[in-house]
Amino acid sequence: MNATWSRFNITSIVLGFAFLYLPIVLLIVFSFNESKLVTVWGGFSTKWYVSLFHNQGLMDATWVTARVGLISATVATVLGTLAALTLTRYTRFKGRVLFSGMVFAPLVMPEVITGLSLLLLFVAVGLDRGFLTVTLAHITLTMCFVAVVVQSRLITFDRSLEEAAMDLGATPVKTFFQITLPVIMPAIVSGWMLAFTLSLDDLVIASFTSGPGATTLPMKIYSQVRLGVTPEINAACTILIAVVAIGVVIASLANKRREVQRQLDEQAAQRG
Amino acid sequence: MSSAAVTTASASPASDAGKSILARLGAAFVGRLVIIIPYVWLLFFFLIPFVIVFKISLSQTAIAIPPYTPALDFSGGISGFLAQLKQLSLDNYTWLTQDALYFNAYVTSVIIAAVSTVLTLLVGYPIAYGMARAPATIRPTLLMLVILPFWTSFLIRVYAWIGILKPEGLLNQLLLATGVIHQPLIILNTYTAIFIGIVYSYLPFMVLPLYSALEKMDYSLIEAAKDLGCPPTSAFWKITFPLSLPGVIAGCLLVFIPAVGEFVIPDLLGGSQTLMIGKTLWNEFFANRDWPVSSAVAVILLLLLIVPIMLFQRAQARAQEMDR
Repeated sequence: MNATWSRFNITSIVLGFAFLYLPIVLLIVFSFNESKLVTVWGGFSTKWYVSLFHNQGLMDATWVTARVGLISATVATVLGTLAALTLTRYTRFKGRVLFSGMVFAPLVMPEVITGLSLLLLFVAVGLDRGFLTVTLAHITLTMCFVAVVVQSRLITFDRSLEEAAMDLGATPVKTFFQITLPVIMPAIVSGWMLAFTLSLDDLVIASFTSGPGATTLPMKIYSQVRLGVTPEINAACTILIAVVAIGVVIASLANKRREVQRQLDEQAAQRG
Repeated sequence: MSSAAVTTASASPASDAGKSILARLGAAFVGRLVIIIPYVWLLFFFLIPFVIVFKISLSQTAIAIPPYTPALDFSGGISGFLAQLKQLSLDNYTWLTQDALYFNAYVTSVIIAAVSTVLTLLVGYPIAYGMARAPATIRPTLLMLVILPFWTSFLIRVYAWIGILKPEGLLNQLLLATGVIHQPLIILNTYTAIFIGIVYSYLPFMVLPLYSALEKMDYSLIEAAKDLGCPPTSAFWKITFPLSLPGVIAGCLLVFIPAVGEFVIPDLLGGSQTLMIGKTLWNEFFANRDWPVSSAVAVILLLLLIVPIMLFQRAQARAQEMDR
């Protein structure tokens, strides 16, 4: 394998990753800039982080975003997991084509269309725009991503485990909670995290469906970016990136540990 | 799940019969719920909204809250309904055809999205190929490194490019300092900046499907071709590329479809001079507060994208079948 990993392959990977990461690294570096200019280095300083915490508007927006993210990701994970079960386990029922269409289309649908259509729905049913409407919109968008993540795990799932449990007298519901759920749990967790970060990031759909008093962090960042680029925004972005990066690393480490444990268990089972 | 329950019930001893029937009923009920809950949710929050968009695109603009006169209100009975049918107007659509701005915005968006898709493919293919040929031990790490930027905010990643592409930005500083150029390049607020933004933001969407197609490939085929005297370039076009085609198609659709309606990238990097339909829709809605016209813009955009979206779904379904 190593012989075929040529210099060309290594070069393209290094250049590709440099392209992916350099802008983010520069953004983080300039959040520690003493100067107000984001492009001229004026010495190391953490003053933008201090002023960030005194920016009440930004803090309020962070709180709104965190609540929307937590609630919508949790509901979306339940709905998305149900949708994934439907897609993999019920291969024929009336309207299956429509259902899978409704699960996959939001993944690629331009956000302006999703945002506008949801807003018009909320107006039509008389819901006031605000915290609730953003949360509902985010649930709808992110449940489809959860469904895809969980579905890909369910496809490779060994169903003989479930059959064995039911042969031994477990009810289908009990089988699901005792056998299926623990096995697909890593996919559900990463689905939840994906839903949470998508909700954290979303600007377009939130702008359409949110109302006064429910300004999310991306909306706040966007309105400040339009006024000009400042190191304070760089600082806010750096914190967001750090939160997400730490979350992803912890999740993947936990996943790895579980994987190692599983392999040990399997080896023990084979020996015993 | 329910079919398994049926076989269990028929196989179990008579003493368990009562429990099995209960279990069967329970399974059937739970099975229904598993389908019904997400189904109803998506019908209500995904499908019905499109019907409303379509409906409002046929109604008149009005200075009111909400700013349109409702089309199709069923409270007036059959006669009221028929009266309203006459009021439905295609005015908003006629308006779209009369103003060249909209037509240009649609065409420009499709062209920009198509060119960016090709550029993303050209940038993404060598990365995905390099990853697929990497030693198996480091592949998960590389995969994680491609996915990680996807987890960091889209808005932030686009914003990061403003500082790089500005006339006094980092790229110009670097190029001026090294003597490559003597005048700062104007990149920000041009179409070039939009291309860079789209390629950068959507690169993971291209690399991931390409990687999963290339990773499955049997590389002894290449070696066989080489042994039979096939030069590397034609081996690539005759073997590698055709085998990676499902990944190419999935990646291109994942980039092209959202890029057509992109708003954040043209708005932040393209400035006021560039024209894209997502930005037009946004301005129509937020600046002009013209809900019927923005709905009409959305309907046409959706019609434009319906074929690529259906292709995407078919590709997804096929990939799922192959994984089984």
